[in-house]
Amino acid sequence: MPTPAPGKTPPEIIRNFCIIAHIDHGKSTLADRMLQLTGVVDGRSMRAQYLDKMDIERERGITIKSQAVRMPWQVDGADYVLNMIDTPGHVDFTYEVSRSLAACEGAILLIDAAQGIEAQTLANLYLALEADLHIVPVLNKIDLPGAQPDKYALEIAHLVGCEPSDIFRVSAKTGAGVRELLDHIVADIPHPVGDPKAPPRALIFDSVYDTYRGVVTYVRVFDGELSHREKVLMMSTKAAHETLEVGVISPDPVKAGSLGVGEVGYLITGVKEVRQSRVGDTVTSAANPAKHDLGGYRPPHPMVYAGLYPIDGADFPELREALDKLQLNDAALVYEPETSGALGFGFRVGFLGLLHMEIVRERLERESNLDLISTVPNVVYRVVMEDGTEHIVTNPSEYPEGKIAEVHEPVVRATILTPTDYIGTVMELCQARRGDQQGMDYLSEDRVEIRYLLPLAEIVFDFFDALKSRTKGFASLDYDQAGEQVSKLVKVDILLQGEPVDAFSSIVHTDAAYTYGVAMAKKLKELIPRQQFEVPIQAAIGSRVIARESIRALRKDVLAKCYGGDITRKRKLLEKQKEGKKRMKMVGRVEVPQEAFVAALSTGETSKDKK
Amino acid sequence: MHVPFCAVRCGYCDFNTYTAAELGAAPGSSQDAYLAAARAELDLASRALPDAPPLHSIFFGGGTPTMLPATELAGLLTTVRDRFGLTPDAEVTTEANPESVDRAYLDTLVAAGFTRLSLGMQSARPGVLAVLDRRHTPGRVPQVVHWAREAGFNSVSLDLIYGSPTETLADWEASLDAAIGLEPDHVSAYSLIVEPGTRLAARIGRGELPGIDDDVQADCYTLAEERLVAAGYSAYEVSNWARHGHESLHNLAYWLGQDWWGIGPGAHSHVNGVRWWNVRHPRTYSAALAAGSSPAQAREVLDASDRRVERVLLELRLAPGLPLDVLTDSERRRIPALVASGLAVASGERLRLTLRGRLLADAVIRDLLD
Repeated sequence: MPTPAPGKTPPEIIRNFCIIAHIDHGKSTLADRMLQLTGVVDGRSMRAQYLDKMDIERERGITIKSQAVRMPWQVDGADYVLNMIDTPGHVDFTYEVSRSLAACEGAILLIDAAQGIEAQTLANLYLALEADLHIVPVLNKIDLPGAQPDKYALEIAHLVGCEPSDIFRVSAKTGAGVRELLDHIVADIPHPVGDPKAPPRALIFDSVYDTYRGVVTYVRVFDGELSHREKVLMMSTKAAHETLEVGVISPDPVKAGSLGVGEVGYLITGVKEVRQSRVGDTVTSAANPAKHDLGGYRPPHPMVYAGLYPIDGADFPELREALDKLQLNDAALVYEPETSGALGFGFRVGFLGLLHMEIVRERLERESNLDLISTVPNVVYRVVMEDGTEHIVTNPSEYPEGKIAEVHEPVVRATILTPTDYIGTVMELCQARRGDQQGMDYLSEDRVEIRYLLPLAEIVFDFFDALKSRTKGFASLDYDQAGEQVSKLVKVDILLQGEPVDAFSSIVHTDAAYTYGVAMAKKLKELIPRQQFEVPIQAAIGSRVIARESIRALRKDVLAKCYGGDITRKRKLLEKQKEGKKRMKMVGRVEVPQEAFVAALSTGETSKDKK
Repeated sequence: MHVPFCAVRCGYCDFNTYTAAELGAAPGSSQDAYLAAARAELDLASRALPDAPPLHSIFFGGGTPTMLPATELAGLLTTVRDRFGLTPDAEVTTEANPESVDRAYLDTLVAAGFTRLSLGMQSARPGVLAVLDRRHTPGRVPQVVHWAREAGFNSVSLDLIYGSPTETLADWEASLDAAIGLEPDHVSAYSLIVEPGTRLAARIGRGELPGIDDDVQADCYTLAEERLVAAGYSAYEVSNWARHGHESLHNLAYWLGQDWWGIGPGAHSHVNGVRWWNVRHPRTYSAALAAGSSPAQAREVLDASDRRVERVLLELRLAPGLPLDVLTDSERRRIPALVASGLAVASGERLRLTLRGRLLADAVIRDLLD
């Protein structure tokens, strides 16, 4: 490769960019095509969607961990270096997106020409505009029969402030237009600028745990130079380590002597936990430290909590081990042991959001082969008592008793993009979820952006599913933290056979408490199979019962016949039933199926076949 | 002896049985082929068990054994007797559908040595019989019972099915009363089970018929117990009631884990802790035996733990209950809870199910076993 070597690349020939796109709009396919055209990956070894590493990502078609690939490109015989930084594409990872954007000078705004822009993409576009990035709007999938490039070009032009004719049209699948797009990146996106003589400053935009190498930290150098065998300092966490290796990804790691101004690459220090190398932190030299960091660092802040319990109590140590292992690779994951009267020993786990929660749970089950019960997710409440004491409640069962003065709950600014046909439906949903409308703008004739302030608790469970099902999948959602508000909230307990089941307790708005209690009792009646005795179900606020149901006693559970001497069949059936029994959780004397702990709260709008 | 032929397939049935239309005219699936193959398997069995003691029970089931001409059924019994011998008080049963036998047929059977007739009455209500696809009219049953008595059967049993879709408790009461009125020696009452893959399951699935209501079945069972006990029968097993001395030896052999050899396609056997079962299709079955090989499809050797589990599973269904020494220490510690719930009683070193416990027998067994 006669291309400029890492560490010896003048910033003038570097272009750092990322791709902002919604899931399924073809980001990975476009990235693949660029890797092929620049010769970084040849056609044969091209694994579809090269950049998405983990299985879960591949299955869900989303990118969780961003990476950076260095690609050589020539325009008119001159060498250039393109660094493509892959950004996460989901609402839970807004902060990580913002750090990836901060590492770039430009962004490709990639829109599916059959679908138009989605809420998360719009949110990320605003982030990119705030970060002063040069935007290159691109319409993808122009070869699709349903594509409406002219319509969506207008929409994008309106958002970005350009002419519809300025918008690139490509098919990442066939490669049409991608070569021209690469040329355009060189021509249009500004090159990085920095002070090569200054003490080094590099922004961490990702860090990934690798079983063999320890933590691999992805950085963008702004000033100075980071070298092999240099003692570096993480400016926020104050951790100092020696670089065992620096290099670039192309698309496999290539060692280098150093990384200079404007370059994007990785460093390895032998650190074992990603928490010691946090996204957003600034790396500098320990011997010659910079005075100021690059700014923008924010420690991860869990928004949603849920209890995770092994179905088999004996698996608790394995669950702890699995969480410890996962945390090596996930700085945002927080957890602490907790005990539930109903579920035994487990952990209260904090997540950035719902997708994060699902991913964590799936990885725990898959990678550690654990059967888990997850409780209904909840947000963090701040409860102020009349005597002025304050409780931070991350688990409804810890909701304080006694005289409560105020309860504060987190709220989010939600942005919903929807076809105009569904404005009424969407507003109805948001109102039902205690939303406060903040505004509405037309993106085009038939699409609007609706903004609401919503309690996080109201969208945490099934809001997205409800939104999707009510708009036939057309609406998209993005949200961002917006502080907290005082609300009238109460804790509703659920009692089985007169005993409260802590895992079913929930904090709900006073006005909804009765409806909630009735629905919950009904739902549990459906979900809990009949037992050998009657099981009364009650919903209660404090000592006041607000709803009651009863599961009638099971009267018959016996197979009449013996299948003509086929005793084997009978025994196998018994074994199967006993296995089924093991997947039940004993709550007092009552056998409760694991689904009941989460499904109980579903409003019925959740699609059952989500997975 | 499994006889795999039926005139029609009843909608609820998932047994290994075939109609003439299903079997077609292919060689190996005729009644003659079946008879030859069954005799060949009897030869195989007698060679395999040269020291087998005389048999104390032979049971012809199906399918519909009485689809065979009476002389053929009688001939099969003769072959069995020739190969193995019978104890003097041996029980020799055949199942029969009311429409498939007449007086002469029954005379032939008794002359050949049959002692017991198990008649598929199922219900006394035409509507219920129709849902079950049974072809006889209710009036046929008293006629056949009468003939059976005249022919000289030692024991007459009626098979009943309760809790089928659309059947009411009143329907069931009428069937019970009709059955008891015929003064049988033995009554088997089975709750209808909707087996997957049957036509009945499909009809329920399509909403043509209502599903099974466990509560109604529980009511039916309780009523059966009440009526039959009042009429002098006692439940010696969950689904079987008999007058004293008329308990079915064949039935008990299953529940007591005794040894038996099942002859015929798909038949199951148990000898000395080994269970095996034959290939299911009559043609494959005949072909195997014609080629001089065993018709067995697979077998399992029960280990000590399997045998113990089976004893709990099977013997707890019997009136005398389960000897406590079959249970482990931890299992025995669960007994007080079962007794307190009114599901079982423990006395004389045995654990017995109560009426409520019989209705919940599978749940009790799951709770009891380690």
